Amino acid sequence: MNSEKSTILEAKNLQVKRGGVSVLDISYLGVPEGEVLCLIGPNGAGKSSLLLALSCLLKSSQGDIIFRGKRVGANYSLSAYRRNLAMVFQEPLLFDTTVFENVAAGLKIRSVNQNEVKRVVEEYLERFGIGHLAKRSARKLSGGEAQRTSLARAFAIRPEIIFLDEPFSSLDAPTRESLMGDLELILHETRTTTIMATHDQMEALRLSDQIAVMSEGRIMQIGPPAEVMNHPVDEFVASFVGTETILTGKVIRRNAGTFSVSVAGREVEAVGDASPGESVILCIRPENVTVSTGFSNEITSARNVFSSVVKKIIPSGAFYKVELDCGFPLVTYVTNHAREDLSMHPGMDITASFKATAIHVIRKKLLSIPGE
Amino acid sequence: MDIIIEGIKQAFILLFTLDPEVIGITWLSLKVSGIATLISLLIGVSVGTIIALTQFPGRRIVISLINTGMGLPPVVVGLFVTIFLWRNGPLGFLEILYTPTAIIIAQAVIATPIVMGISLAAIQNLPANLRLQILALGATRLQMVWILIKEARLPLLAAIMAGFGGVISEVGASIMVGGNIKGYTRVLTTATVMETSKGNFDIAMALGIILLLLAFFINAILTQIQQRERPR
Repeated sequence: MNSEKSTILEAKNLQVKRGGVSVLDISYLGVPEGEVLCLIGPNGAGKSSLLLALSCLLKSSQGDIIFRGKRVGANYSLSAYRRNLAMVFQEPLLFDTTVFENVAAGLKIRSVNQNEVKRVVEEYLERFGIGHLAKRSARKLSGGEAQRTSLARAFAIRPEIIFLDEPFSSLDAPTRESLMGDLELILHETRTTTIMATHDQMEALRLSDQIAVMSEGRIMQIGPPAEVMNHPVDEFVASFVGTETILTGKVIRRNAGTFSVSVAGREVEAVGDASPGESVILCIRPENVTVSTGFSNEITSARNVFSSVVKKIIPSGAFYKVELDCGFPLVTYVTNHAREDLSMHPGMDITASFKATAIHVIRKKLLSIPGE
Repeated sequence: MDIIIEGIKQAFILLFTLDPEVIGITWLSLKVSGIATLISLLIGVSVGTIIALTQFPGRRIVISLINTGMGLPPVVVGLFVTIFLWRNGPLGFLEILYTPTAIIIAQAVIATPIVMGISLAAIQNLPANLRLQILALGATRLQMVWILIKEARLPLLAAIMAGFGGVISEVGASIMVGGNIKGYTRVLTTATVMETSKGNFDIAMALGIILLLLAFFINAILTQIQQRERPR
């Protein structure tokens, strides 16, 4: 991890059990100061439980939370620790009063003097673009305005760490987009350490310095977004971070710097080191696969060129997701423009290619029981 | 028919001439039921909130007991308060049977489960994560409870109305522990019972109308607050 930044928050051997069943099991998690950590994973992966356990709002069965080197509950009291934090949930959970009073709530709890409250609240109302709503009842806000109020309330206490639990999940797309933009800016300005749970990997990619992929109460992989996206440690992480093509095969030959893998009777070349006979998983991101209709021998740097059949064309926002059959399934994205140029339609023959370097290889051996 | 028209006429004469006895009875009713409601609020809201926010074995049984208590028959309360305050009863040494204090105690016993049950439901109906949100804002436990009570203030107003409405109109317990002593423990309901049994329908009706107006005005004020504060 980055040694220049000090670790503001650590969790060691953190476990949460509910009815005897383990819902959270974290051996170690360290959060560098000023960074944004996104927890991604499917529903029930333990993202919310981890946020609550880290903020000590959920009693953990065992383990330590360490804030700036001080053990919470031991040489640092729980209430003192909580005063460094703020939390925003999926529901805005506003109080039945005005927007101003809502944003002031945390400050009033801390007995901050009135002039200071007014100054800080006005600043954060402005920052979140809700200054004009100050006197409005919190019950009369739209979903986006309510979540802005909730965020302003959290930031107004100027927390050292802010926890966000799926803050954008119940908002419609344009509202989410504009709010995320504002949050991005404010995080950039304030450099507040942030831990955010989301099931949307695009949100995570956009905001985070680090991504932790969770499943069944455990962190499966943690690292910078590019690393997690391009080098998933296992099939679960790969499929979760949007690697559409996941193939299994056997290494048949080792070449210079590359090796060949037999996948459904066809040969795929990948970069790296693996021994013949070994089982491997090949992950190919759709954006790394190119298609063309030309059967010419045009020189391409791609090592892997396959004739294939278009199986399905699925509109998917700004682009089309195309499922190909090259003997093994392969997924690619094309723009509408490219789709028209190629007059692409299901059943047509097409040439698909991808570079050997575009394949992320997961060696099965590494996935087997540790100690072997 | 004459009886009714005569009664209404008499009732308004008593009302507008500010008959001292009627005023005295009305004032005592208000005072006794008001204090009883206040006591039931202190106990009911705090205990109701604690039960709503904590988990303990037997919690469900306690909640069903409270809910049963919301329908406690006033005569049963009257009976038990009388037994307790009887000369050689457990609290007989206080010598407060047949005093306004005894009526306050009995009415507080009637109103407390009502207020407690409604408070409990009101606090439980708040969003589950609201507690966590308040704690995450840095609140102490006490601050959290206070904020939750403020959030539940509208249903809590309903608790006040239900509690006060229940005791101001109650007669069984008041007559048993108060004794309907003229100028001392005679309240609107007990006086109405007595005048009716004596055949003084005019006075009985006057008292009945006052009782209705009283209940109406108190509820109108509280409803006003509740509706003004209501979301949307």
